[in-house]
Amino acid sequence: MAAIKPKISVQYTENATVITFTSEKILEEKDIQSIQESIMSVIEQAERISLILDFSNVKFLSSAVLGLLIRVSKKIYERDGRLSLCSINPKIYEIFKITRLTKIFDIYPDIESATEGLPKSD
Amino acid sequence: MTSEKPVNHSIVVASEPSAIVEISRKILSSLKASKFGQEDIFAVHLALEEAFINSIRHGNKMDPTKEVKIDYSVTLDKIEISITDQGNGFKPDAVPDPRFGDNLYKTGGRGLFLIRSYMNEIKFNESGNGLRMVKYKGKSSLAETQTPPQS
Repeated sequence: MAAIKPKISVQYTENATVITFTSEKILEEKDIQSIQESIMSVIEQAERISLILDFSNVKFLSSAVLGLLIRVSKKIYERDGRLSLCSINPKIYEIFKITRLTKIFDIYPDIESATEGLPKSD
Repeated sequence: MTSEKPVNHSIVVASEPSAIVEISRKILSSLKASKFGQEDIFAVHLALEEAFINSIRHGNKMDPTKEVKIDYSVTLDKIEISITDQGNGFKPDAVPDPRFGDNLYKTGGRGLFLIRSYMNEIKFNESGNGLRMVKYKGKSSLAETQTPPQS
């Protein structure tokens, strides 16, 4: 029986929590729901999370993922946290750009610059 | 071997999100065989996914007994896709622009906008439960050329 691959991987660094999407395509509703539950669980474990969502593996996504990101951002900001997105490939970035979501998300080229953009921990 | 004649297909599926997977694979495979570029393939893939989800969610209300009909035709120059659900239809012009005001912060409502942005032509039937969309090989879509109107 093939092992089920987790949809996200989580890395805790000094200044941020980095969630990397592991799938190339994020399309199916059940996968998006599963990802949302996982991300929300990570958010709830922290008091004021500085979260970086890493899209380096993502080659394709649907608009439902954009909705997921908005729900995640609302949850984070309700808890006085910070959210950044990073490593979005040009085709995916175009979706953010034409929907004007570049106006509401902080998007960085990579994890390092996203980390630099976050407030330092005490 | 690339066909010079239109490749016409018609498929009927139940209102299940996973039903688009195989159809999408076939359509994208046809595009590759007809030498469509990666930009075009991405655009068609996105529009197809969004249109299908709209059909099953908004058209057929996720009723598994209702079906979605997908017709597609691939030539060397373009792909035409028609998606028809068994719902009551809707008024496409009544869908708010997701880019401005409070709509920007909503968790949904971007599917139709993306379809319009990534396909070269789209047209709904009179009742609004059927959508025909066309992508021309190598032709810039709205996504690449449109600048947002002033708010």
